[in-house]
Amino acid sequence: MARYFTEEHEWIDVDGDHATIGITDYAQEQLGDIVFVEVPESGSMLEQGGEAAVVESVKAASDVYAPVSGEVTEGNDALADEPALVNSSPEEEGWFFRMTLTDASQLEGLMDAKAYKAFVDSL
Amino acid sequence: MGDDAKLPLDSWHRAQGARMVGFAGYEMPIQYDGIMAEHLWTREAAGLFDVSHMGQIIVSGSGAAEALETVLPGEIQKLGVERMRYSLLLAPDGGIVDDLMVTRLAYADPASCGRAEDEAAPEDCEYFYLVVNGATKHGDLAYMRETLPDHIHIHHMEDRALIALQGPKAGAALARLVPETDSLYFMQAGGFTWRSDAGDVGLWASRSGYTGEDGFEISVAAEHVEALAAALAADDTVKPVGLGARDSLRLEAGLPLYGHDIDTKTTPVEADLGFALSKRRREARNFPGAAKILAQRETGPDRLRVGLLVEGRQPVREGATVVDDAGAAIGQVTSGGFSPTLQQPIAMAYVPADLAQPGTEIALQQRGKPFTGTVTPMPFVPQNYHRPSKSMAKA
Repeated sequence: MARYFTEEHEWIDVDGDHATIGITDYAQEQLGDIVFVEVPESGSMLEQGGEAAVVESVKAASDVYAPVSGEVTEGNDALADEPALVNSSPEEEGWFFRMTLTDASQLEGLMDAKAYKAFVDSL
Repeated sequence: MGDDAKLPLDSWHRAQGARMVGFAGYEMPIQYDGIMAEHLWTREAAGLFDVSHMGQIIVSGSGAAEALETVLPGEIQKLGVERMRYSLLLAPDGGIVDDLMVTRLAYADPASCGRAEDEAAPEDCEYFYLVVNGATKHGDLAYMRETLPDHIHIHHMEDRALIALQGPKAGAALARLVPETDSLYFMQAGGFTWRSDAGDVGLWASRSGYTGEDGFEISVAAEHVEALAAALAADDTVKPVGLGARDSLRLEAGLPLYGHDIDTKTTPVEADLGFALSKRRREARNFPGAAKILAQRETGPDRLRVGLLVEGRQPVREGATVVDDAGAAIGQVTSGGFSPTLQQPIAMAYVPADLAQPGTEIALQQRGKPFTGTVTPMPFVPQNYHRPSKSMAKA
């Protein structure tokens, strides 16, 4: 299994043609206290770069974009009752949704952990 | 942020781990530990806020109260010494130029009343201290200088910082440094001396604030504010609180934010701030926009600022629209967010007056998605002010 990152501060765990997506620790830190998360329903089709989820902190609303194209297989229902999971465990329990990949070549443009760390350090 | 000015506490904020943002032309702390934690801390203990971006203005001279009444609709002439009130700086058409606090001081500056410094001030020599919003202070000064008579002195005290200590433990915390401040009740003010390790420091403290809690706003010379902030924050009950929680606290308290919930296109009646129109002034009909404002007051305005409890967990924000059954825009949300105390979204909105009754369901639209709000009396969270009757009952 490999983990990729986007410049929009999402992480994506890829296992074959299945992926799990969430936002990074850096992203949750920037957003602050998260009070609401809307994840996509299973069965919805996502286009790479299109709106996939909404995350709201006390301060502001932000969109989460689909890092790759594919079909949503599951949203993280736990976030409806406990959106703060994204703050406490952004890269594990606070995952947003799972999907199948339409085009694995889209992963080529994404960063690995080392490149993402360098990207965050440059901000 | 590069163009924003630094306030006297800038380096102190950074040392406390603040995240700084540009606001009202200054670099200011949005948060330290996190908005939720800071908000809840202020409701249960005491939060320390830097509000040095706000304008501190002295208006003085012979007949200064009467002069101020040409731009404010409140009872200023009969305002007691070291008493303060909330008022509105009004444009000639009745629009709100700013909202502010005005306090009458015992001191009367002889020089501002045409006397030499060592002479006694004349009987009608008056001295007022105003605190106005940071983003509007320069406009306020220009408007007052243009509108008030030439013999009235208007002085912007740019060499003073302003901090607020707010919360149920604020009174005890400030009294540990300056015991005499404990004598103030809500909306009273006075001059005090902080006997600090480095020497005596003069403070001007008022028992007021912008959170709905008991607390103080403290004006101090900029050179002493860092020592004062450090001494207050050294108290176990006091933590620094940023602008983020300041906004969520004032929203829960039902207090309008200038430039968002009120502006030059809203009137005091529409904004449900009719309490700022004092009885004598209403009868005299002699404040800016009086004809329009009093007609609205008598016949009822077309729209009103109301509080909304929003269904679900997703906040509606400023800019969301109030819609009718057909989906047409009939009003707008001017402030909105998630209430840390109530753990649900709340908002302020302007709605048609016939929808302003508590309990009325309001249809809202934000980014193409429908929401439902219910009109609710404000404040959303009960006020906890230090009033005389309450403490006498306790004694």
